[in-house]
Amino acid sequence: MSRYVLRRLLQMIPVVLGVTILVFTIMYFIPGDPVKMMLGPEATAADIAAYREKLGLDDPYLVRLGRFVEGIVFHFDFGESWVYNTPVTTELLHRLPRTLTIAAICILLQVFVGTPLGIIAALDRNGWGDRIGMFIALFGVSMPNFWVALMLVLLFSVRLGWLPPYGIGGIQYYILPCIANAFPGIATQARQTRSSMLEVIRSDYITTARAKGMSESRVILRHALPNALLPVITVIGNGMGMMLAGTVVIEMIFAIPGVGWYLVGGINTRDYAIVQSSVIFLALAFATVMLLVDLLYAFIDPRIKAQFAGHKRRKRHHKSKGRLERREHYA
Amino acid sequence: MPDSATVNTASAPKVKRQSELVAVAKRLSKNSSAVIGFVVAMILILMAIFAPLIAPYPYDKVDLFNSKAAPSSEHIFGTDELGRDIFSRIVWGSRYSLSIGFLAVLFSSGVGMLLGAFAGYFGGMVDDGIMRLIDIVQAIPGILLAIAISVALGPGFFNTLLALGFGMITMATRLTRAAVFGVRHEEYLEAATSINASTTRIIFRHVLPNSFSALLVSATMSIGGVIMAAAMLSFIGLGVQPPTPEWGSMIAGGRTLIRSCPWMVTFPGIFIMLAVLSLNMFGDGLRDALDPRLKK
Repeated sequence: MSRYVLRRLLQMIPVVLGVTILVFTIMYFIPGDPVKMMLGPEATAADIAAYREKLGLDDPYLVRLGRFVEGIVFHFDFGESWVYNTPVTTELLHRLPRTLTIAAICILLQVFVGTPLGIIAALDRNGWGDRIGMFIALFGVSMPNFWVALMLVLLFSVRLGWLPPYGIGGIQYYILPCIANAFPGIATQARQTRSSMLEVIRSDYITTARAKGMSESRVILRHALPNALLPVITVIGNGMGMMLAGTVVIEMIFAIPGVGWYLVGGINTRDYAIVQSSVIFLALAFATVMLLVDLLYAFIDPRIKAQFAGHKRRKRHHKSKGRLERREHYA
Repeated sequence: MPDSATVNTASAPKVKRQSELVAVAKRLSKNSSAVIGFVVAMILILMAIFAPLIAPYPYDKVDLFNSKAAPSSEHIFGTDELGRDIFSRIVWGSRYSLSIGFLAVLFSSGVGMLLGAFAGYFGGMVDDGIMRLIDIVQAIPGILLAIAISVALGPGFFNTLLALGFGMITMATRLTRAAVFGVRHEEYLEAATSINASTTRIIFRHVLPNSFSALLVSATMSIGGVIMAAAMLSFIGLGVQPPTPEWGSMIAGGRTLIRSCPWMVTFPGIFIMLAVLSLNMFGDGLRDALDPRLKK
């Protein structure tokens, strides 16, 4: 098991480096001069040249890339904002808890609303429960989250006046943003749980359990559900990526000062240092979550544990099955 | 009679291919939600093609005396803050939203299919290299990657298309690669190699057509996702810029006026939903029709 953890941790390194290099390279092509923005319109050409020199903006691409990567990897430093000249890292870390809170609530909603929906649909195969559940799920994945958010505001804040339309504060401020952001996740979870459950219900051990005269609820809850939920864990990991990305627009709508709103603010003020760092930062947060999900998966799924407990067969087996298969299944 | 013989051999495979297509179409037509999805999607596509005939007003006709008008018989979806007819703007906007959706998926499927075919067919180093790159791109949530590229390339139709298509190359690559792995050891490939067919010919004529159906389904399903992502990009101020009537930017424009004129936000959103929903329903049906084994 510790071998698996180590292996998975080592796999993080190329991903972190790769993401940083990729985003830096994409953003490298942005037209315009950041120094002009930093110093304002009154700056003379000499000032600008001196400042460029100081920031090292005239250095070749590889040198700048190296400096940026070094800053992130060794000092966890994401650089400075072009407009405010403040370090981006402090701002990001300060805002991260709020974004993570929203994403976490959304994941909980996804699991605790989506899973039962999927189970009900699977048990009532082709019946009304199935149809209604899957219809809702189909709508859920077909509505853009920012529109759902605005519709919720329209209904619950403008018309009914039950919940605040924006801002931060008590728990009531989190309800609408989280529901809006979790909607597609709930739908995906329900669909995935349904198909996974249907697959499990057909297996022989379920027939055996029923043949033993076990009560139906026990068959479903003790035998079918745990096995059906295994593949669903990966959906939760992907869901986290969706939720983190979704917060960008949700935080903007509800004026929640998290990483997402910071990113949008960076787009609007053309402060692309902020955009670049926020994208990398969120991607790293996502990669960390995926790591945790994979570890959790290994911890729960005895098959993966077994792979790393064995000896020579392990390598071959892992290559052909394991990670690859799971990912492909949900690609 | 040599003539009829050639006719026969030429028409024989054709008939077979057609019959397969007909079988899929038959299965599709039995699936009511797929049919509904297809019809709605077709209506939207026709709406986009015949936009000038359908829209009652030009999309940029400003009429300040009639600004912020509620839906009425004259303006069925109401007007915006400049008095522009919302229905006309939605009809024109369908051109951008739908074409971005289809073209971005076409672009990403094309590139992804090539990459996936090479990775799957050659295996080894080629496979490792391509897949590691894919892993990295996939580590960035799609919409964030699209935001970064969109910021770097600047606004505009083609830049938005590239920004949205780039992240989706990964999915097409993975799917094609998996499908190619599935057929790699089939006998017909061995046969093709043994008659000295070139690698390109094997990949394009034998491997890809046989791994096409999985890609087709996922492509259909992802058009909807791209339409939503495109709307989101213009909602946060990237992508296609106003005054071009894009559905997402129409919602963004109506956001601050949601108290007084909710129709500015509601209707464009309904059309995004209709487009995505219809494509998803059709894609769902298509998957079942192409692979009836999945739907026992």
